[in-house]
Amino acid sequence: MPLLRVEGLGIDFGGLCAVNDVGFQVEPGEIVSIIGPNGAGKTTLFNMISGAYRPDRGAVALDGEPVTGMAPHLLARRGMSRTFQNLQIFQKMTVLENVMAGCHLKERGNFLADLFSLPATRRRTAETHTTAMQLLERVGLDRAADKEASSLSYGALKRLEIARALALGPRILLLDEPAAGCNAVETEEIDHLIADVAKSGVAILLVEHDMKLVMRISDHIVVLDRGEKIAEGKPETVARDPKVVEAYLGIQTKEASGHALG
Amino acid sequence: MRLSSKHLTLLILAAIVLVAPLGFPSNFYYRIGSLIFVNGLAVTGLVILIGFAGQISLGHAGFAGIGAYACALAPQYLGLHPALAMLLGTALSAAIAWLIGRPILRLQGYYLAVATLGFGILVTMVLANEAPITGGPDGHDVPELGLRKLLETIGIDLSNAQFWYAFTGLFLLAGAWLALNLHDSPSGRALRALHDSEIAARTVGVDVARYKLSAFVLSAVYASLSGSLLALMNKFITPDAAGFLHSIELVTMTVLGGASSVPGAVAGAALLTLLPQVLTALQDYEHMILGLIMMLVMIFMPAGLVPSLSRLLRGRT
Amino acid sequence: MTELLQFVLSGVTVGAVYALVALGFTIIYNASNVVNFAQGEFVMLGGMVTFFAWQAGLPLPLAAALAILAAAAVGVALNKLAVERARGAPVVSLIIITIGASIFLRGGAQLVFDKQLHRFPAISGDEPINIGGATILPQGLWVIAGAALVFALLYVFFTRTLTGKAILATANNRVAARLVGINTDHMMTLSFALSAAIGALAGVLMTPITLTSYDLGVAYALKGFAAAMLGGMGVPAGALAGGLLLGLIEALTAGYISSVYKDAVAFIVILAVLFAMPQGLFGRKSTDRV
Repeated sequence: MPLLRVEGLGIDFGGLCAVNDVGFQVEPGEIVSIIGPNGAGKTTLFNMISGAYRPDRGAVALDGEPVTGMAPHLLARRGMSRTFQNLQIFQKMTVLENVMAGCHLKERGNFLADLFSLPATRRRTAETHTTAMQLLERVGLDRAADKEASSLSYGALKRLEIARALALGPRILLLDEPAAGCNAVETEEIDHLIADVAKSGVAILLVEHDMKLVMRISDHIVVLDRGEKIAEGKPETVARDPKVVEAYLGIQTKEASGHALG
Repeated sequence: MRLSSKHLTLLILAAIVLVAPLGFPSNFYYRIGSLIFVNGLAVTGLVILIGFAGQISLGHAGFAGIGAYACALAPQYLGLHPALAMLLGTALSAAIAWLIGRPILRLQGYYLAVATLGFGILVTMVLANEAPITGGPDGHDVPELGLRKLLETIGIDLSNAQFWYAFTGLFLLAGAWLALNLHDSPSGRALRALHDSEIAARTVGVDVARYKLSAFVLSAVYASLSGSLLALMNKFITPDAAGFLHSIELVTMTVLGGASSVPGAVAGAALLTLLPQVLTALQDYEHMILGLIMMLVMIFMPAGLVPSLSRLLRGRT
Repeated sequence: MTELLQFVLSGVTVGAVYALVALGFTIIYNASNVVNFAQGEFVMLGGMVTFFAWQAGLPLPLAAALAILAAAAVGVALNKLAVERARGAPVVSLIIITIGASIFLRGGAQLVFDKQLHRFPAISGDEPINIGGATILPQGLWVIAGAALVFALLYVFFTRTLTGKAILATANNRVAARLVGINTDHMMTLSFALSAAIGALAGVLMTPITLTSYDLGVAYALKGFAAAMLGGMGVPAGALAGGLLLGLIEALTAGYISSVYKDAVAFIVILAVLFAMPQGLFGRKSTDRV
C-alpha cells in the first residue's frame, strides 16, 4: 500500500479552477518531485495535501486512511510534516526553540504541569532539548542555537525549517522549494540532507525549481501544467516527454512574445 | 551554578518588593505599592495572552469585575467567607472565559478586539444595571478578608496598608513565577509559536484553538484574582472595575512595559499607576501627558519599555 | 405601528451618525490598516469648535466649516506625527498609539475649551415634524440627509475620480500602488483628512440634538468601531449597513425591551454576527497564502 495516495484532487478559487484532477502515489523512502511552470498549481496542491486548503474535489489518503481536508495539526499526528515556500519561521523564538517547538507532539503535556514547572515538564523539556540539538547539528546550525531566528540568513532559515519539520519524526515530508534562494553550496547540502532523510525510510514530496537537483535525487516525477497533471514517471522518461518540453517551452515562448508586445 | 534568567528575574522582583518599603515614609506609599501589584497581576495575565499567544483582548477588566463582585456578593448572598468567594469568582471567570473563548478566539486581530470589548461592556452593564443585587453604579461594600487578624493572633502585627502590600506582593510574585515557568515550557513554546505563525504551529502539531483557549482562560484567572484583591483591599467596589477604560488601562500597561516580558508587565503597571500620582500637581495636563507618553513610547520603543531598555543596556556593555 | 415608526425614525437618525463614524474608521483602515480609535475625537472637535467659534461671533455655517477644517488638520497631524512613524508596528501598538492620541485630544479639549455641555441652534428650528403619527426633529432629517450626501459623494469619489481610485489601489496593495506611481504617503494623509472631516461633520450635525462636550468621543469611537466591524472593516457599504443596523437595534431595544440594556443588545447582536461571519456582514473572506 502506498504511504500517500492522492486521487482526483481539485480546487477552485473564485470560480477559477486552480488545480484539477491530480493524482499520484508516494511509497515510503521514495522521493517524488512535483514540477511545472510558475502558476501550475504546485504550492496549491501542497496546501491541499497538508490541510492548509480544503479541496473541492478528490481524496487524499495517508497509509490507507482517508485524510482529505483534515486539519494540519491532526495530519501532523499521523506523521505528515512540511516546509513552506515563503518560510514560516517562528521569528521571535531562538533557533533552538524553533526546533523544540517542532518536537511539540513529543513534548506536549498537561498545561497546568507546564505552568507549575513540574518534574514531568522539565524532563520532557530536557529530552526535546537533546533531540533538537542533534537535529541542529544535522543541518549545521548547532552553533547558532541560541540566536534569535530572525537574525539568520535566508539559506540558514531554509535549513532551520527542514530541521523543524524533521523534529516531528515524520513518515512523509513535504518540502516546498527547499533550495530556492540558496547558493550552489547550500543547494548541495540540502540535496544530501534530503537523500539522507529518504534513506532512513521517510517519504519525500518535493516541489523544486532547480531542475538539476530534481533530476538527480527524484525517484519519480509528477509534472503539472495549468493545474492539471500532464505527465509522470522516472526522471529520464519525463525529461524526454514532448508534452513536458512543450509546457516549459510554450510558457517561455508566450512570455517572450509578451515581453515583445509590452 | 549559573542563575537562569527566570530565577534572576524572580529574584530581582522579590528584592524590589522587599526593599522598596525601606524608603516608604507613610502608609500611603504601601497603598500605591499594593495598587501596582494588583494591576501587575492582571497585566501578567495579559502578557501571557497578548505577549505569548498574540491574542488581543479589550475586555479583560470584565473578568476583574467578576472577581471583584464575587467577593462583594457571595459573602452577602451565599454566606461564603471572602477567601472562598475569591475562589468562586476565579472559577466563575475561568468557566466564562472557557465558554466565550471558544467562539471568540476564532476571530482575529481587530475582530477579536471588538468581540472582547463587547464582552467587557456586557459585564459592566449587568453590574451597573442590576442595582437591587449589585448596588448599581454607586458600588457595593466588600467584607473584611480577616487574614490580618489571623496573623495578629500568631504574633505578626502589620498595619492594614502593610498587610495588603505584603499580601498582593505575594500574589504578584507567584503570578510572575507561573508566567515565567510557562514561557520556557512546551506549552509556552506552542503559544509563542502560534503567535509567530499559526499555519506553521499547526503544521508541527499544535492544536491552535486549544492553546489559545488555555491562554485566554489563564489570563482571565489572573484578571479575576486581581479584581478580587482590589475589592478586598478597598472594601468597596464599583462597576468601573469592569469598565472599558480599565480594560484599556490594563492593555496599555501590558504594551508599554513590553507585551512579551513579565518584568515589563510590572514596569508598565508601575508606570501607569504612579503617573496620576506624580501628575496631580499638573492636574489639568494629566490626560495630555498620559496620551503623549503612550504615543511616544509606542513610536520610539515599539517593543515596550523593558525589552527596549534592556537591549539598549546590552548594546552598551 | 406608530410606536414602531417612531423607534425606526430615531434609530435611523442615530444610525446615520454611527455610519458616518464607521465610514471614518473604514477610510483610514483602508489606507493604512490602522483602526483609529481617536476617530470619536473628530466628532467631539466638530461640535466643540463649532460652538466656540459661533460663540466668538462667527456665523454658524462659517463656524461649522472652520470646525471641519480644524478636525481635518488634526487628522493630518495625527497621521504625520504618530501613525506614519509607527508603520509596521504590531496591531496592539497601533491601538495604543491611537488611544493615546484620543486621550491627548480629550485632555487638550478640556484645557482649551471647558467641561460643560454645549449646544448651538438647529439648522431649521426645533419644531418636530409629524410623519404618520411619529415625530422627528428637523435636525434629524438634516443628519440623515448629510449622511446620505456624504456616502453618495464618496461613492462618486472612489469610483469616478483618479484620486479616489488611487486610494482604493493603495488599500488593495500598497507596494503595487507605489510601483504604478501612486504616492501612497500622500493617499494616507488624504485619508486621515477626509476621515476626520467626515467625523467632524457628524459632530456638527448631531450637536443640536445630543449636545456636545469634551468627553463624548469615546462613546462615538466605540459605536463607530463596532458598526464598522459589524459591517465588515474596510467596506464603505458595510459601514453604512453596520451603522444603520446598530442605530436601529439600539432604538428598538430601548423602545421594546429596556433602555439601560440597549448597548448590551447591540453588542450581543455584533457577537452573534461575528460568530456566524467572522469577517462581518460585508467583509471579504481572505485565504492566507502560504
